[in-house]
Amino acid sequence: MIDRIGRRTVGLIQAVGRWGQFMADMVRALPDVTTWGRLALVQMRRVGVDSLPVALFIAAFTGVVLALQASYTFTGTVPLYFVGTLVGKTMMLELGPVLAGLALAGRVGASMAAELGTMKVTEQVDALETLAYDPQSFLVVPRVLAGTVMFPIVVALAVLVGIMTGWMTSLWLLNLSTPEFVKGLRQFYQFKDTWFGLFKSATFGFTITTVGCVVGLSTRGGAEGVGRSTTRAVVYSAVAILVLDAFWAAVLLR
Amino acid sequence: MIRFENLHKAFGDKQVLAGLTLEVQDGETMVVIGYSGTGKSVALKHIVGLLDPDAGDVLVDGRAVSTLDRDALNALRREIGYVFQFAALFDSLTVAENVALGLRRRGLDDDEIAERVTEALALVDLTGAGERYAAELSGGMRKRVGIARAIALRPRYILYDEPTTGLDPVTSAVIDRLMVRTREHLGVTGVVVTHDMRSAYTVGDRIAMLHEGRIRQVGTVAEVQETDDPVVRQFIEGRPT
Repeated sequence: MIDRIGRRTVGLIQAVGRWGQFMADMVRALPDVTTWGRLALVQMRRVGVDSLPVALFIAAFTGVVLALQASYTFTGTVPLYFVGTLVGKTMMLELGPVLAGLALAGRVGASMAAELGTMKVTEQVDALETLAYDPQSFLVVPRVLAGTVMFPIVVALAVLVGIMTGWMTSLWLLNLSTPEFVKGLRQFYQFKDTWFGLFKSATFGFTITTVGCVVGLSTRGGAEGVGRSTTRAVVYSAVAILVLDAFWAAVLLR
Repeated sequence: MIRFENLHKAFGDKQVLAGLTLEVQDGETMVVIGYSGTGKSVALKHIVGLLDPDAGDVLVDGRAVSTLDRDALNALRREIGYVFQFAALFDSLTVAENVALGLRRRGLDDDEIAERVTEALALVDLTGAGERYAAELSGGMRKRVGIARAIALRPRYILYDEPTTGLDPVTSAVIDRLMVRTREHLGVTGVVVTHDMRSAYTVGDRIAMLHEGRIRQVGTVAEVQETDDPVVRQFIEGRPT
């Protein structure tokens, strides 16, 4: 029993140490702009532009459901224009960033872990090193940078789409007028709602891509190992997003 | 000159290298033979600092690889071409882009890169294949691209990790011929890790047998072929125990 606790503790400390080393290596690679500059643009397209359909699809239906559920909850007790408040606040503060983050943890995190894992087990990462490239500059920095920059943009568009579908639902299904919806939307709006959601999205983007890279580059054991890494990346990213979500709410919204 | 000095390396409980000492002279091709899992590739990876030794070191022109800082290690790597067992080509890049990757790192201009890529592909008989993607190539072609990627750098040293493994006899002979041609053309010092004895006899100036973590015998091709050492004889004749 003591032996098992000891081994787990040592394993945990080693994992934290590896993570710290990884972050330090990433920071060290930042000045190598000639290597990661062009690659970052490619990754921004993959992480950002290619992720838009899934993020916008989720946001569109979330806006519809939010409006309908708000109306169902408020009927007879709260003025209906509060539907605009609820749709706006919830999309900006919570559902926009978190749902997009969870969806992209599957799409982006899994694909990064699989790609880097395959490169690791087929010695492509070793080959990069023998060609005098730093894998951190070539593989990690472009991906993490792309995730951190593009996630807030994707989430901002998703929030806009969610609010628009909430507004259209209010117009067509709840008989709420546009001025009423906008009144609700503006009622409790603060600029903090916007930057909080976008800041949170940037941290989600950073986390998902970092986890994808760390897990991918520590892959061992051929195709089976790549499969394990892919699953791990999605699970770790999803857990990290939920924990971070609670953390930022506790730190910034109190 | 490459010198392995009392190199030790273990993975967990498994001691792979246990005092490997070997000298590769400038201009020669040293073939390292040995059973699967005896640490031949592990020894090779120490030369370019892909692995750190537990004890001992590898000296390349007097530079102890494990003590080099990142810049010095990259400078050393620029002098070495490495041909991986399964070529380790980047599947998302074309053949020409794969060959050019190391040249870009050296800061060459586009014209010189194009010239070197063409020359390297011609040397491995792949003229005209530059626009094909690595994923579309056969095993033998991948290995040839791997060799082209290494020789395009015009290295002082070239390291081959199991260059003929998994290939049919004819393609293996093509790769052997390429290795000989590369040496004649570029005058490079080579280390070849293999358990293909026909290849070893064709490309090697000297052959060293790695057994139980250290060198069992080292000598010219003729000396190894005539050895009385029962372990080496059994291996080169491919006799089961």
